Amino acid sequence: MPENPVESKPDDAMGAIAAPPRRSEWRRFVRVFFGRKLYLIGFIIVAIIVFTAIFAPLLTSYNPEKNDLPARLQTPNAEHWLGTDQMGRDILCRIIYGTRVSLIIGFSAVFASTIAGTIMGLAAAHYGGWVFAVIMRVADVLMALPAIILMMLIAGMLKGGGIWIVVFALGFGGIAPMCRMMCGQALSVKQNDYVMAARAVGMSNWRIMWTQIFPNAYPPLIVGLTMGIGGVVLGEAGLSFLGIGVQAPTPSWGGMVMDGQRFLLTNPLLSLMPGLAIMLLVFGFNMVGDGVRDAIDPRLRGVI
Amino acid sequence: MALLDVQELQTYFHTEYGLVKAADKVTFHVNEGEIIGLVGESGCGKSVSILSVMRLIPSPPGETVGGKVIFEGKDLLKYQPNGREMRAIRGSKLTMIFQEPMTSLNPVLTVSRQLTETLELHLDMDKRAARERAIELLRMVGVPDAPRRIDDYPHQFSGGMRQRVMIAMALSCNPAIIFADEPTTAVDVTTQAQLLELMKDLVTRLNTSLVIVTHNLGVVARYAERIYVMYAGRIIESGRSEDIFGHPRHPYTVGLLNSVPRLGERHGTRKLIPIYGLPPNLINMPQTCAFLPRCTEKIGKCEKEPWPELRAVGDDHYISCYVDIKGK
Repeated sequence: MPENPVESKPDDAMGAIAAPPRRSEWRRFVRVFFGRKLYLIGFIIVAIIVFTAIFAPLLTSYNPEKNDLPARLQTPNAEHWLGTDQMGRDILCRIIYGTRVSLIIGFSAVFASTIAGTIMGLAAAHYGGWVFAVIMRVADVLMALPAIILMMLIAGMLKGGGIWIVVFALGFGGIAPMCRMMCGQALSVKQNDYVMAARAVGMSNWRIMWTQIFPNAYPPLIVGLTMGIGGVVLGEAGLSFLGIGVQAPTPSWGGMVMDGQRFLLTNPLLSLMPGLAIMLLVFGFNMVGDGVRDAIDPRLRGVI
Repeated sequence: MALLDVQELQTYFHTEYGLVKAADKVTFHVNEGEIIGLVGESGCGKSVSILSVMRLIPSPPGETVGGKVIFEGKDLLKYQPNGREMRAIRGSKLTMIFQEPMTSLNPVLTVSRQLTETLELHLDMDKRAARERAIELLRMVGVPDAPRRIDDYPHQFSGGMRQRVMIAMALSCNPAIIFADEPTTAVDVTTQAQLLELMKDLVTRLNTSLVIVTHNLGVVARYAERIYVMYAGRIIESGRSEDIFGHPRHPYTVGLLNSVPRLGERHGTRKLIPIYGLPPNLINMPQTCAFLPRCTEKIGKCEKEPWPELRAVGDDHYISCYVDIKGK
């Protein structure tokens, strides 16, 4: 609050006798996160992707959904930098708009599954007994089904192929791994003396769960979250490739790969370019995930 | 009237191998402003007794099956271990200092957060007041530069300093009794002495009772006013500190005192005599005295009769033994 607003953490902002912390948490985050080239590259990729998604209409003058049959299956040229598909739509334009679809699906599905998985995992670990048994057995059943089958099942049952149905299918598939990871983390954190100490000062179960266990258990969650975005984008591509994901004419990278495979020998760019976009996005988010983990984990403080 | 009156406390653990009577008919009391020592070897039930009083025994496998814990006229064993009433007492009136200062503080929360948490929880303080009080507490326990240090994380503190933070946490709500479970075992001797002096000072000043659980006889000799000696889940001798150290009456206590060196004793004047054998395995114990296999004073009655109850052998001096060693 007073001299250096950046350096005082929210808790202490109220402090009457605000002691100046010696090193700002934020600066440490920046130092660790941007201090390594790989994380920086990942961050730049993600930044470019997010930028592309937001400003898509400014980056291309074509309409991603409008057919132009006379101009179909062109190889790269001055007008269509990456060529056109079998409907005559500009590939670059569709990749640019596809970023939006991928990111919306990626973020929503991962956030939904993270929130649900975290609550389930924490509750299972902390309350134990029948709560643990029920939650973990449900998670086991979900894990036993191959992810793609589960997603196909849900996407197939909820006909329509809209973006939100894909989000639901992918998000639902992501709950079980999140829940298991959180539960494992919480079970090991629970063994610590400070949890007993928290009990000894009279904290309730609920409070211990959120103030003691969660803050110690969540670093892998951040990694899981960012990497999960990559995974979900892959999943969406898979579903679209199989024809049960986002339906035409909405531009989706997975759908574009599928559309292009028929022309793989004559015009490989059709499949290659959206595939490359998927790869870059997954790589970028994985790198950012690693960077964030290293930067926020207080147990690594002082080591890096 | 004692501040805390523990009567025939029984805490059992159900293990795969059988029943473990970790605390068996443990009876002790704590008066206001008194320093009590609870002594015994590892695994004799000291910590279990304390944790039972605090209702912190993990269940399963543990279970407090009998006895009474009377605090402020109420039996704490009647409450739910994690219920509202018990939580209101824990951390405010009855507090604990744990053995391991390195792991008893949450590594991801600042010291300030951990100290103010208790204050906000029990005393309904707002953030500003809690912070001021936390700084005051840190000063009290001798953390230098408290206003700056309070925003540090536990890993930025040394072991001794962390234990001071733990003491500050235990003191924060002006408790009636502090249970210190081997508070100085994990720190070096110099720090140990500092911490004990500090605790004695603070509890005397604040008129708080202190229960020191330890296997270190030197610690209790210097600080405790009354001592309870435990063996295999039972209290086998209790009395005033000077009586226990001056005129021990139970063969185990005698053996214990014979086996430790004393400061100021000239080399060679007294031979240290160990207690032979090992403490018994607590699983499915026989009815007879648990110390019997190691006892040098046993008589025929010991083999046949069950482990005797505590009996008075002097003014406020009790032993649970058929033999009474006088004048040793």
